[in-house]
Amino acid sequence: MSQVVMVPTGTANVASVSAAFRRLGAELITATGPGHVSDAAGVVLPGVGAFGAAMARVDALGLRPALRNRIEQGRPTLVVCVGMQLLCRDSEESPGADGLGTIDLTVTRFQGSVRVPQLGWNRVEPGPGSRLLQGGWAYFANSYRMSRVPEGWAGATTEYGGKFVSALERGDILACQFHPELSGAWGASLLGRWLDTTREAA
Amino acid sequence: MSLAARVVPCLDIKDGRVVKGVRFQGLRDAGDPVECAALYEAQGADEIVLLDVSATPEGRGHGLGTVRRVRSVLSIPLTVGGGVRGADDAGTLLEAGADKVGVNTAAVTRPALVAEIADRYGAQCTVLAVDAAATGQGWEVVVESGRRRTGIDVIEWCEKATAIGAGEILLTSWDRDGTGDGYDLALVEAVSSAVSVPVIASGGANTADHLAQALKSGASAALVASILHDGHTTVADLKHELASAGILVRP
Repeated sequence: MSQVVMVPTGTANVASVSAAFRRLGAELITATGPGHVSDAAGVVLPGVGAFGAAMARVDALGLRPALRNRIEQGRPTLVVCVGMQLLCRDSEESPGADGLGTIDLTVTRFQGSVRVPQLGWNRVEPGPGSRLLQGGWAYFANSYRMSRVPEGWAGATTEYGGKFVSALERGDILACQFHPELSGAWGASLLGRWLDTTREAA
Repeated sequence: MSLAARVVPCLDIKDGRVVKGVRFQGLRDAGDPVECAALYEAQGADEIVLLDVSATPEGRGHGLGTVRRVRSVLSIPLTVGGGVRGADDAGTLLEAGADKVGVNTAAVTRPALVAEIADRYGAQCTVLAVDAAATGQGWEVVVESGRRRTGIDVIEWCEKATAIGAGEILLTSWDRDGTGDGYDLALVEAVSSAVSVPVIASGGANTADHLAQALKSGASAALVASILHDGHTTVADLKHELASAGILVRP
């Protein structure tokens, strides 16, 4: 059974991520320190809850530089929901909190007449250059989102009170605003393709 | 907007088994929770709700073993409610595999519970479960599995709870629960227009047309139980009929 190292940002969706990986023959283990994050074949940043609280957990564990380096190098890293937002500079959700800053954007709240949080299944449409991402229905649970695909990334978009960025990929980095671990067979196959990148890297 | 309407099977759990009654009483056995959850996911269910109907009256917490077993097979969202009295109870359910936690009686007694769960785990996993009984002028909140009427106005309670962090409302008509008479559409419409979070309509579904009416009345999702457990229809058939009625569903 292969292993994936998880950065603990809170408890909320860890059980679901862990169960999804177990069904794919991979075990989720919790990061014990920066070296663990630097050396792992695959790292997951699950992230549920508020932007500032999640980033504070990453910093309390001293994992910011190790995570940033992995992401800069395009090594197999999966970031989910708030985890994806942490790639950005900052977020309207937690003014004053610094994200990882890999992407020079501010995360913003959904606009218009849509119900917030967005809870449910929505269509993911991959743009040019997507390798791991395919079109399909994904489960979302979010109030904030990235509003445009940053330069240097392949992206997928979804419609909810206007288009927003539902996923990004670059190298072996996969960032999902939706929850692949809760997105049925479509989500499981996406997780499986990302897991393959960790096995190639191992 | 391309967010799909959700069809949400609900499994009422007592002593580790799925049960179903009428207006929360006269419970009968309806199968194994893991088998039911896996079957409904295979049929196209958009998420699963587990309610421990015995949790409140008998004053005990949730069957965590059931939550863990269902989580291990389920690759769609899982909401769990019943007997949540503190934020720690919510954390225990999330750690066991719930994605969202429903609060009901304890939140009515102590509304700050909603804020405590939302602050710690986020609004997106804080579901306010409301059991509503018609009064003639409107609806009042009932608690303890329908045993106690509170006199609290349902609309005011939903507005208050969403203001302090509830991210979704699971709205059950006590009058319609298990009857097959259709959802209380006036209730669905009144709550959906009063709050900006998603509303799950619950209580009374017997046909796909009932679901379609609730979704057209403002609900984001429709909860179903008896009609699936009794084998009268499947999630796939319900969604097929909803699509024919012009409602966007996940295929």
